[in-house]
Amino acid sequence: MFKFFKTNKIFAITSKAPKYIFFIFVIILSIGLVEALFLSPEDYIQSHSVRIMYVHVPSAWIALGIFSLIAFFSIINFIFKNKNFSLIAKSLAPPGFVLNIIALVTGSIWGKPTWGTWWAWDARITSMLILVLFYSMYILAWRIFDKKEQVNKITSIIAILGVINVPIIKFSVDWWSTLHQSSSVKVLSETSIHPSMLVPLLIMTAAFSLFTLLIFLMKYNTELIKIKNKGLDRL
Amino acid sequence: MINEMIFMKGYGLYVWSAFSFTLISFVILYVLIKINLVKEQNKFIAKFGLLDKEKIKVAKTQSTNREILLNRTSSKI
Repeated sequence: MFKFFKTNKIFAITSKAPKYIFFIFVIILSIGLVEALFLSPEDYIQSHSVRIMYVHVPSAWIALGIFSLIAFFSIINFIFKNKNFSLIAKSLAPPGFVLNIIALVTGSIWGKPTWGTWWAWDARITSMLILVLFYSMYILAWRIFDKKEQVNKITSIIAILGVINVPIIKFSVDWWSTLHQSSSVKVLSETSIHPSMLVPLLIMTAAFSLFTLLIFLMKYNTELIKIKNKGLDRL
Repeated sequence: MINEMIFMKGYGLYVWSAFSFTLISFVILYVLIKINLVKEQNKFIAKFGLLDKEKIKVAKTQSTNREILLNRTSSKI
């Protein structure tokens, strides 16, 4: 199975894929923006402010998903000591961090017309703020520490500790009384959001996922070339 | 019609600023990552140019090195 994760095999794909992904991303994002800003209906209570959902929710979902992936690859790297897994985890961090910031900022902008405040220390918002701190620590650790084994260990510990926060974020709206409503989009039970709003939400989620993939691949290629640069020095 | 699209019954400022912040963040992240990628590619090409014939032969045996040299122009989106 690990033969697939050899850098030369992966690089043959990752070096060519970004231009195609960029093209598809622009198309999907354009459709998503038209749907989200103009075609989807306004909410009967929140009116047009509900449109912020189309950027807020996908960024929050993907930020959570990326951190879970970082933790997953960190654990696998810890067990199998395959440098490619740590490289994948490292390359996932920048899009995750930015999407987490977007979720917090757009949430704050949505909060003002909906709750009458830019910020509240409610369980969901606070736990998302903690996640952004874990993202920051993870990215900083890669920059601060030089020794390979040391940085692998420290970043893995940060990822494993940080992932404990992920289910807290997910279930915070059920465990505590918060300003956030409980989930409207469910995988295992019936979704309570109307299709006229669900469709643009899913299109925007697809666009954000493609952007994440694009940034991940570009960052991954950068890291691989960095390693190859060091390799040329040793020749 | 256009006014309604822009002002959105008084919520326009919130909606447009949320979407603008998201798109600007995307552009900034993309540009930063792209600059770093091109910088590393250029560094690689410069270093490769300084190698002697024997070392170039050795370096070219690795498929990743060949891919980097091949993709240096096509990856400029």
